[in-house]
Amino acid sequence: MISTRSNTGPPKRVLAVASAGGHWQQLMALRSAVANCDVLFATTLKELPEEFDAKPFIIIPDCNRNALWLGPWAAIVILFHILRFRPDAVISTGALPGLLALGVARVLRVRTVWIDSIANAEEMSMSGKLARRVADLRLSQWKHVADAEGADYMGAII
Amino acid sequence: MIFLTVGTQLAFPRLAKALDEYAARSNEEVIAQIGDDTESYPNLDVRRIMKPAEFAETFQRARIVVAHAGIGTILTARQHQRPLIIVPRRHELGEHRNDHQVATAKAFCDITGLHFAMETSELDALLRQPDLDPVSVDYSARHDDLVNGISEFISMLKTDHKDGPGLFARLFSRLGQPRAAVK
Repeated sequence: MISTRSNTGPPKRVLAVASAGGHWQQLMALRSAVANCDVLFATTLKELPEEFDAKPFIIIPDCNRNALWLGPWAAIVILFHILRFRPDAVISTGALPGLLALGVARVLRVRTVWIDSIANAEEMSMSGKLARRVADLRLSQWKHVADAEGADYMGAII
Repeated sequence: MIFLTVGTQLAFPRLAKALDEYAARSNEEVIAQIGDDTESYPNLDVRRIMKPAEFAETFQRARIVVAHAGIGTILTARQHQRPLIIVPRRHELGEHRNDHQVATAKAFCDITGLHFAMETSELDALLRQPDLDPVSVDYSARHDDLVNGISEFISMLKTDHKDGPGLFARLFSRLGQPRAAVK
């Protein structure tokens, strides 16, 4: 089950980012990975964290390849929250807002983890490919995809 | 009641049309969350975008859920233990930007309670079954491995908010220095 390795020192602060929908569902499926941490959740739809009892949380603007113009605004909101929360790590299961969060974190020298969606069973998502430049740990949930992409594989949510 | 959900990002008229026809033939109630699809489906109870609470309630009440091959839907079906019929969006029909939904469908074909229809013509036979299996999948060893791996990575990080310069200090000292001196 969940590793209960002793955390020396104070709990790690983790900002966990996922867009509404499947990305958020996958983040929730991985919640136990940050059970010992001081977590701030971030998503794009305000009813979601309440439904999953994910507290505390922040809402960030949604953006995708069809609404790229919202990207800079999303990045500013994320920057504000990272400066305020000062996480030790930012983790994301996608999509583009999560990639932006990793990018902002990278600039601020905060460690970053990208977990590519299990939906990408044949090749990594566009965001996942771009995350190569900003993720300290970049995971695919498929061994063959990880190998082809030069990412890591540790397991999958199901 | 049948619940049709195709996510909120892209319309899926091929599937909506098939369910509209099913509803007309069978007289069974079909609630449909179809996002921005502007075509009219006279036999569907259309909800454009549901709030999460309404979505969950409808999902739980459904006899069968019909959906595109979205991971969110598969995980929700697992959570509520409902039978799920999946019709993957196909790239060649202009239904998604690539064929990853077909790949998802193939990758998950061994999950109990997940039923696939590549063509909408296969739906009727599935929908008429009175007791389709609900989705059930246990969290596997793969799940524990992933959770432990991420957990371990995070626990190995150096925490520097207790001692050493915080983010603000690091940010501003970095901005204040010539670039070569940073690393």
